Amino acid sequence: MSLIVTLARMEALASGRSQPLATVRHRHLSERPMVFVPLTTAGEAGAPLGALLGTDRAEPRLLVVPQPRNRDLRFAFLAELAARLLPHLESALDDVEHEQHGDEESELCADAPQLLVPNQPGVEFVRLLGRSMRFRRTAQDDPDAPHPVPTQVPLLGRWLTHYGERSRVPGSALLLSMTELLGRHWATGQSQLEDQHLGALLGWVAASDRDVEARDPAGQLRWPPAGPATDPAFDNHLLAPAVERYDADVPGAERQVRELIAGQLRPAWEDMWDGVELLRALPEGRRVGERWKRDRYSYTHHRDRVRAGEPPQPRRDDAVTAAAKLASREQAQARLDAQEALDDPLAMAARRLTGEAFAGEVVEVTPAWSEGKRPRPRPLVTVRSTDLPYLAVGGRAHRELPDGGRQSAELAAAPESGLFLLRLVSGMGRGKEPAPGSVPAAGDRVCWTLFEHSPRGGPGLPDPEDTPWTHGGPPVLGGEADSEASGGTGTTGGAEPHGRRLPAAREAAATDPAAGQADTAPDRVTTEDYL
Amino acid sequence: MTAARSSTAVRSAPSDNTSARLRERLTALRGGPDVPSRPMDARALAALAANPGCDRRALLDGAGVDKGALATALGAPAAFGQSQFAFVRGNAFEARVKAEGGAELIRLLCARTGETPPEAGQVSVPDLTADGPAGRTARTGIALREAPVGGWTLLDHPMLSLRIAGSPAWLEPDAVAVHPDGSWSVVEIKSFPILDGGADPAKVGAAARQAAVYALALEECLAEPPPDMPTEPDAPRAVRDSALLVCPVDFSNLPTSALIDLRKQRAATRRQLSRLTRVSEIAERVPEGTSFDPTGQSAMQLSASVDTVPAAYAPECLASCELAFHCRSQARATGAVTTLGRAVRGELGGLTTVETVLAAANDTGHETPDGAESAESAGSGDTGGSTEPNTEVGGEDQRADPAAAALRRAASLRAEALRQGPSTVTAPTPADETPGAGEACR
Repeated sequence: MSLIVTLARMEALASGRSQPLATVRHRHLSERPMVFVPLTTAGEAGAPLGALLGTDRAEPRLLVVPQPRNRDLRFAFLAELAARLLPHLESALDDVEHEQHGDEESELCADAPQLLVPNQPGVEFVRLLGRSMRFRRTAQDDPDAPHPVPTQVPLLGRWLTHYGERSRVPGSALLLSMTELLGRHWATGQSQLEDQHLGALLGWVAASDRDVEARDPAGQLRWPPAGPATDPAFDNHLLAPAVERYDADVPGAERQVRELIAGQLRPAWEDMWDGVELLRALPEGRRVGERWKRDRYSYTHHRDRVRAGEPPQPRRDDAVTAAAKLASREQAQARLDAQEALDDPLAMAARRLTGEAFAGEVVEVTPAWSEGKRPRPRPLVTVRSTDLPYLAVGGRAHRELPDGGRQSAELAAAPESGLFLLRLVSGMGRGKEPAPGSVPAAGDRVCWTLFEHSPRGGPGLPDPEDTPWTHGGPPVLGGEADSEASGGTGTTGGAEPHGRRLPAAREAAATDPAAGQADTAPDRVTTEDYL
Repeated sequence: MTAARSSTAVRSAPSDNTSARLRERLTALRGGPDVPSRPMDARALAALAANPGCDRRALLDGAGVDKGALATALGAPAAFGQSQFAFVRGNAFEARVKAEGGAELIRLLCARTGETPPEAGQVSVPDLTADGPAGRTARTGIALREAPVGGWTLLDHPMLSLRIAGSPAWLEPDAVAVHPDGSWSVVEIKSFPILDGGADPAKVGAAARQAAVYALALEECLAEPPPDMPTEPDAPRAVRDSALLVCPVDFSNLPTSALIDLRKQRAATRRQLSRLTRVSEIAERVPEGTSFDPTGQSAMQLSASVDTVPAAYAPECLASCELAFHCRSQARATGAVTTLGRAVRGELGGLTTVETVLAAANDTGHETPDGAESAESAGSGDTGGSTEPNTEVGGEDQRADPAAAALRRAASLRAEALRQGPSTVTAPTPADETPGAGEACR
């Protein structure tokens, strides 16, 4: 947390309401986002309990699993979820634009559906749902498969996996959590840990007085958490008895379970839309559209993979894919940091405080030219600034021109403290005289950054075929199953993780014959897979 | 090697006299001998290591005070509890793993260590029932030593003791396995899944810390043979460096396992526990006659008693300490900066309250680098481009607190940015970059 954010939190604490952390909205917000508030069953992995979803605040759709340990009820939930979510996720497939890259023309979906969940665990739950659904077998895949599911279920699993994976790219907006969105734009007077509670966070931002920890005389939270985990007191005193009544076939028991779950979800649903409205009130940052375009590309690419009949995403990325993902995320992070700073003076202020940028007034401009056959303009600009950039003579600085172009300069000298003599080296057109407006005049306010405005990643990674085996390629190890698994996804055998893995489990992947099988095989099914 | 190290596991026990006095003192703090001591379980011990600087927690836990009841009496009840859904599943999973007389569990262990699994019915599961925790601990100690070398033994829910600040804490691991070579392994059975070979790092970390506490208790058991077993049988006993973690695999209820290395966790926990000996020092500072017994005391009196011991509140406490809500409201009342997070403290130097931080940030007595304007007068006019020379590096500010100087800079930059509002340069040309196909995330 930077000092400026800390200070904002202190001000929020002192004033009793949130303080702005941004002057613009840094994430794309769709016209019609799909808001998805899921609940999960405590102790079970990926056993949904219910969900509220929809694109219209007035018409949430409630899905409930009245007995989460019943496999058929869970599958029915997933089928209904697919029937509700897929039309939204597939709503933008066919409205395309054409983009020209040199000689190549590519299709780009004009929009992409957006998914909003309450918090970071909600994002993780979307990933988990995707993982649990994408390997399910349908009756068409395998007529003998136990518990076949409708074709929509594995398809939704693939979409949710894609959205979950995309959400790990900094600055992406296909799948966003409301706590993260609000937390990026407002500072509250509580810790980041407490900000994970959407109700508490919104209490600060919307300046509504609410005590999210208060309980009624029966011990129930007056402001239930926004999922996916439920409050243990709710589970033990309300939900469990209701589920028992359902098991005993008591009339009306199912309706009661539905009401209980709706009661837990409803406050989060309202909070989600309040959050959307608060965010809509902020003007969108100028470079948000450019980042959203990358999301649209991501959406289009996934569409193409599904249409090409590629198998679902593998359980684990191979080393080459993982390295490529990491590199692109690092680049996305650097790009996001730069773009946010350029879009938003508050973000720039944080960079100025850390010596990565400086702003000041131009006090003198001296025309000058480079030597050589065709002299180019190299004017010297003296800037007075009270900032303390980490800039040494010969170091580069960059600024944005009034027309949106970019200009670089190098520090020629720092005659005295607070004075910077910069030699402009680019962004002045092709002629001998600098293009109009490309050289600041005395009295102008300018802001220079020490970071690149559109940072590029390092040298690209080699193709999988040229990657040495020490780094995961080419596919020589493993049996025939491994090469089959690679399919059209460009994956290779010898899977290596990129997340945290337990060493023993890694050994298992090498020794256990079952683990060596195609990475897209369905999960093992046991007669009573839930306890 | 482990045996050699175990001698340092617990600091040389204080002399009987001091330890008896401390026990007496702690009993009085708890509210007298009639108030049952709340045993420290491994979870509490592991959580203790998470906030070692908190005197309040160290003393209350050391004295065996029921912090949950105390928090309720203080009007700030803890929000802990386990959902019965999770509870039922956890128990069912553990029963399943321990089925077949422990054979399944030993198979899982062998699959990880590379040892040969025993034939069916060849795992001995000694009966550990005895009266009271001390009896069960003694029984466990004997069973651990009597386990035949060359065969497998599984102790189901043994009882171990760990001497903490002079008084024993009773611990009950899920299981302890005795290998054919005579060494001991801690087994932790958890109901969170290992999905595609990976598990939630936070949960694995918590399980490792818990297992480390059990391993320390085993070391203590190794170092102190039960009195009625004077000579150690010739078996080379040792506590293994890794514990077996058993979890459901993927979305099923089938068990899978992984070895987790405990060396680091064990060293960390050992250090934290040895520091707990300072409980006696903390107890010395509490006035005579103080009691933390909720019965017969008003919330006000209790609060005053609790206040005699300083706390080190951090938001992380909310997840692990029953008293966290009380400490938080106190920390908020005093305006402590740690209510916003531990990391905040690092940047603020000696400024520990929100009030002093804001005062330092808006201090108009100093020349701020951006002119004499402070954040207070934001909006009253543009002060940008001040002609004041930078005093930041000058001699005048050298005496000043660098944290305060940084705060002043932060406040003026923030005020300036808020005045300025969104930057208004024309939109950048979209053609300057074309998103490549390769970076689209799969």
